[in-house]
Amino acid sequence: MSDSTVSQSRRTFLKRSVTATGFTLGLALLPATRPQAMFANAPESDSFAPNVFISFAEDGKVEITCHRSEMGQQVRTSIPQIMMEELGADWQHVTIKQATGDAKYGDQNTDGSRSVRRNFKRLREAGASAALMLCTAAAKGWQVDPYECETQSHFIVHKPSGRKVAFADVVAVAAKLPVPKPSDLKLKSRDKWTQIGKAVPSVDLTGMTTGTAVYGQDVVMDNMLYAVIQRPPVLFSSVKSSNQAEVKKMAGVVDVIDMPAASAPALFNPLGGIAVLATNTWLAWQACNALKTEWQTSEHASYNSDDYQQALLDNAAKPGEVIRKLGNFEQATADAARVVDASYYAPHLAQAPMEPPAATAVVTDDSAEIWACVQSPQTARQQVAGALKLPLENVTINVTLLGGGFGRKAKPDFAVEAALLARQAGRPVKVVWRREDDIKHGYFHSVSGQRLTATLDENNHVTGWYHKTVFPPISSTFNPAANKPSDGELDLGHRDTPFDVPNLQLERGEANAHVRIGWMRSVANVYHAFAKESFVAELAHQTKVDHKDFLLQLIGKDRHIDFAASNTQYGNYGDDLNDYPVDTARLKNVINKVTNMADWDKRESQGRYLGLAAHRSFLSYTAAVIEVKVNNRGEWTIPKAYIAIDAGIVVNPDHVKAQCEGGLIYGISCAIGQLTALNGEITQSNFHDYLVARMPQTPVSIDVEIIETAALPGGVGEPPTPPAAPALANALFAATGQRFRNLPIPLNIKTA
Amino acid sequence: MKVTINQQEFDYQGDPSMPLLWFIRDELKMTGTKYSCGMALCGACTVHLNGEPTRSCQLPMAAIGDKPITTIEGLSEDGSHPVQQAWREHNVPQCGYCQSGQMMQAAALVDKQQPVTDEQIESHMAGNICRCGTYPRIRAAVKSAAESIAVKVTK
Repeated sequence: MSDSTVSQSRRTFLKRSVTATGFTLGLALLPATRPQAMFANAPESDSFAPNVFISFAEDGKVEITCHRSEMGQQVRTSIPQIMMEELGADWQHVTIKQATGDAKYGDQNTDGSRSVRRNFKRLREAGASAALMLCTAAAKGWQVDPYECETQSHFIVHKPSGRKVAFADVVAVAAKLPVPKPSDLKLKSRDKWTQIGKAVPSVDLTGMTTGTAVYGQDVVMDNMLYAVIQRPPVLFSSVKSSNQAEVKKMAGVVDVIDMPAASAPALFNPLGGIAVLATNTWLAWQACNALKTEWQTSEHASYNSDDYQQALLDNAAKPGEVIRKLGNFEQATADAARVVDASYYAPHLAQAPMEPPAATAVVTDDSAEIWACVQSPQTARQQVAGALKLPLENVTINVTLLGGGFGRKAKPDFAVEAALLARQAGRPVKVVWRREDDIKHGYFHSVSGQRLTATLDENNHVTGWYHKTVFPPISSTFNPAANKPSDGELDLGHRDTPFDVPNLQLERGEANAHVRIGWMRSVANVYHAFAKESFVAELAHQTKVDHKDFLLQLIGKDRHIDFAASNTQYGNYGDDLNDYPVDTARLKNVINKVTNMADWDKRESQGRYLGLAAHRSFLSYTAAVIEVKVNNRGEWTIPKAYIAIDAGIVVNPDHVKAQCEGGLIYGISCAIGQLTALNGEITQSNFHDYLVARMPQTPVSIDVEIIETAALPGGVGEPPTPPAAPALANALFAATGQRFRNLPIPLNIKTA
Repeated sequence: MKVTINQQEFDYQGDPSMPLLWFIRDELKMTGTKYSCGMALCGACTVHLNGEPTRSCQLPMAAIGDKPITTIEGLSEDGSHPVQQAWREHNVPQCGYCQSGQMMQAAALVDKQQPVTDEQIESHMAGNICRCGTYPRIRAAVKSAAESIAVKVTK
């Protein structure tokens, strides 16, 4: 059985070149991407000429290449599904190939909830182009107009006569035809769709339910060494001295290798430290634990979360740099019948995918091949090529399944570690991150402090809204001088505040980073939505207005937010505001929908404690209601949750439903988890002290409603997460009168 | 020492304190059983030891004795265990990484007991973490797996 596992992974990973005797389509399609505002500082670009590949074998079998990484969003099903709409192939004769990292595919960086929306048109065109070539080939034989033909279930059908011919019978002819121009393509109208909008089951279900699916941690090579790395406890500290020589003598240890010390900017570089290479993971791990290392000090050793929290909140309470302004908030304060304010705090978090990062490398003098669970294989390719000083084309990045990503695996430092060690060891090396490495040495979700102030008139109408946000930015990872929220992060739930108030003032403040800051599912939307949606509930309570009614009124009339009118530019996730306006009608619609689902208006008479929150992110609109029960010991549970999403056109409604369920639960984890630093070192290490939601902290069931719409596809993987923490906090307030402004929320709130 | 895994006997001569997980993954190259925490905190490495769900990351080779071990690869010959079927029917997996452990944990419950209540599922599955948040589907799939076993038993 071990042999079969080995050969399985060989088949999956060593088969790199397609030996199709049919034809491969290399389709130059419309540039689908614009510069992405969010990660403008990251050393990579998504401005590649996009190409999509559909291959036909001689026997008519189809191979579809998925160029995005699978990390639970079922992209290996939805990406082919989009092509299948126009291709007219039969799933039974289709295999899915995972693309290596290569600019020829266009953007492959699987984050930002972009896979469907940025590929929706070009993938349908890819399918349509292939189908038109098959139709043209068949039409030649029949001497008919190719546009009278269509592809269905792996056949070409001549609609007027009903004649049909199998894909296999025309592949050889089609292979010699020119690739159609985009203007020759006639995409199906929406009423004719049979694939888009259908709950096609995941193509990886069998592998995932039988243990045969292969993840980054699962890669096996002949003669492979297993590496575990002791990394510096404090960012940018380096090894002063260690007992490497002693550890090298331990059983199973083949080598002990010093990693190059890291310095600012952190980028996607390895953190340094000492690597132990052994004949299995356990022996490497034991030897790594036996390392007694003294570390040089680092400027970041002063980082203490208690002090830092206070400093963030102090900063948030002072005037900051204005980033969006409407009317005169100062005057509104002077004129107000009432002023309400509150401060909110959210700690660092780790993405903590179930699979800690892992990468396997084979390096020769002039080439490198990597097998890794990376979200951005092109970034991995650039980083490995740079670290080994190899030409880009000599580096191959094979993408395994990802056991969760959530942003962590978009940073390929672990692939670089494997490459450096394999070169030095002269044989294949798999780098295994332990959970402790993942919790202590990641790219963390930023810690944040926020201050919100509202001014109200004598009728309890909000006349002014002030929101200052302070956190160390992601850009600090790429530029150590960056010490204030970047435009890209402000665009995530702060600058795009959708409230209809005459006086609006949004500000930012400065904060220095002392750990590597990185993006995590929904990024700054998580803490911005927590503060904004908690504060709305607080205002509703103080003015004795129903929270739903208060929120709807605050959002105000149906309109597209006019950012120019408040002298600011909004990045809108890199997409055009004309295509994807910030549409208050859609936001109100999901609020109305979810509160209907939850029977919101009857909650008090039914004795149920509900919390509501709504948020636009990644061009989609979500609203959630969470119901809590709190027992007399102070332990809370969630018997039920509801979420409504308007993500425009959806490709696979079951995937969207799954993302809504899972995204909401990820957001509950965001409310209960925390990382803290003491003398520069992350205090937590594993799931006993870094809390993530387990079944008892999650809804017994979740009702999901996907809004039917013809709007362009928005993001799906991230938008369900931001409403969770504020909806939970608001529900706990409803149940107990306790208001949680500082995260995390304890599992037992009597101890709070 | 000798260990029996999925009804096959293996010989092991290495460090007796090494957890079973690494024998399965690194020596036998059976990678269906996953590493995630190494401290019996998450359940990704769950196997059956004499039919009982056990965290293989904390089970030293020396502690196995003659008790037979089953991994996800041995739960059924062809992926047809009622739990595996229910997992597919409910489209439970997202990333799938924790699901071998989830299914082994669930199988140990429903093989012995049908039907199962929400409370029993929750307390039995509380040690298994899923970061994708598939818990609502796991609850539903465990229930239907138990039901399908109950139907077979009755027949």
